[in-house]
Amino acid sequence: MNGEPKGKLALYWAASCGGCEIAVLAINERILDVDALFDIVFWPVAVDAKVHDVEKMADGSIDVCLFNGGIRTSEQEYMARLLRKKSKVLVAFGSCAHEGCIPGLANSTSRRRIFETVYHETPSTENTDHVEPQPSTAVPEGTLHLPVFYDTLRTLDQTVKVDYYLPGCPPEADRIWDAITAIVENNLPPPGSVIGAETTVCQECPRKRNEKKVKKFYRTWEIIPDEETCLLEQGLLCCGIATRAGCGARCPQVGSPCIGCYGPNEGIHDHGARMMAALASTIDSNDPEEIDRIIRDGIPDPVGSFYRFGLAASHLRRKKEAMIET
Amino acid sequence: MSENGFKPRIVAFLCNWCSYTASDLAGTSRVKYSPRVRMIRVMCSGRVDPSFVLKAFALGADGVLIAGCHPGDCHYIEQNYKTMRRHAMLRYFLEQMGIQPERLRLVWASAAEGQYLAESIDQFVADVQKLGPLRWSGVWEDPWRREDAFDEIAAEHAEAMEVQA
Repeated sequence: MNGEPKGKLALYWAASCGGCEIAVLAINERILDVDALFDIVFWPVAVDAKVHDVEKMADGSIDVCLFNGGIRTSEQEYMARLLRKKSKVLVAFGSCAHEGCIPGLANSTSRRRIFETVYHETPSTENTDHVEPQPSTAVPEGTLHLPVFYDTLRTLDQTVKVDYYLPGCPPEADRIWDAITAIVENNLPPPGSVIGAETTVCQECPRKRNEKKVKKFYRTWEIIPDEETCLLEQGLLCCGIATRAGCGARCPQVGSPCIGCYGPNEGIHDHGARMMAALASTIDSNDPEEIDRIIRDGIPDPVGSFYRFGLAASHLRRKKEAMIET
Repeated sequence: MSENGFKPRIVAFLCNWCSYTASDLAGTSRVKYSPRVRMIRVMCSGRVDPSFVLKAFALGADGVLIAGCHPGDCHYIEQNYKTMRRHAMLRYFLEQMGIQPERLRLVWASAAEGQYLAESIDQFVADVQKLGPLRWSGVWEDPWRREDAFDEIAAEHAEAMEVQA
């Protein structure tokens, strides 16, 4: 690597919690290797470069951009388009950019409801003038602008073309390192691929699996699962059967069911639909009424249980507004 | 066609061994049924992944029909019971997403029940007609999305930089 010109790396943060930014540092001292290989030209959380500097760069001059977060505002969409134009390789980094994640779960409500909650209803909010952010406000000095807040969160690839996906909420340090190595060694899979394992979490899970027959679903606080058997067989909603491997099955190993943060396994588009297919077939009943009862008693929130991370990227993408109040 | 002019688009998944054969029988027996149904033959109703149903709705279907062998008669022993369970799960999920669960229907029709299948299709088309169009892709088209917002953002950045310099 000595003597060769350094690559240019950018990182950006849209609608996400910030955990992905920290996950980058979870590669520990290997971040120094990254620094040796790349000039970090833009990373608002750590590097003092401005958006205007990026605007002035030549198109395609950034080698790799790791973009985390979904697209909820016009500013985020602007940044996604800008970084797409300036980057050779755009990576949807982490679950939010990949499939919407928790910010995307807000697609089960609406812009109106989000504003009601955030600016009016929370007990600690005192907003007697009913002020809400406006896209533009006239003041004596001129017009002030705020980004437009969209009704529906979109994933990065519903906004711009994405070259690679790095799943996980957040991606595991070793998987991040695998991806960086693949980029540096020019050993990447075909464009459009998810960089990661192809199988499911069950493959990595040491619990014993038998034929799954579930008479009753439990929520995590209702039972203490035994330490050896598959959690799903014990009636816990474990998403491991439909979730991409790569995490080392950390949650099920400590008795906590997989919540699906690594997104669907290879070849699956709609994570929740896959979960529903797998889960429904384990129900141990052939009587329509009993089946309905098992489902409705055991799963109070199917969207939250099956689409905790993938709602924005699912076929339906969001809940329909008109029925929300019912 | 109804008086309001709405012609529902229905996607129907029919199992190879019973229901698709029933639709064949309806055809050869010259039984008339609504042309609003697009039929897709699958090997078993158990092959119908919930994602097929959700994709159909997302791509513009107003209703989805799944038809398979009667319980106990499955060519693959018990796969139609899995369809039964998935159907229950899907209806529950659709409810939460704001899609009337009546837009998804499960029908058991044996190979001899061409007449019954045709009647079931007509009934479903009539029921979906009453529910009206779904137009699901309209649900995520955003009235707040504005192209000029981007120009404003770019202008602001330029302005901010000028002040500093």
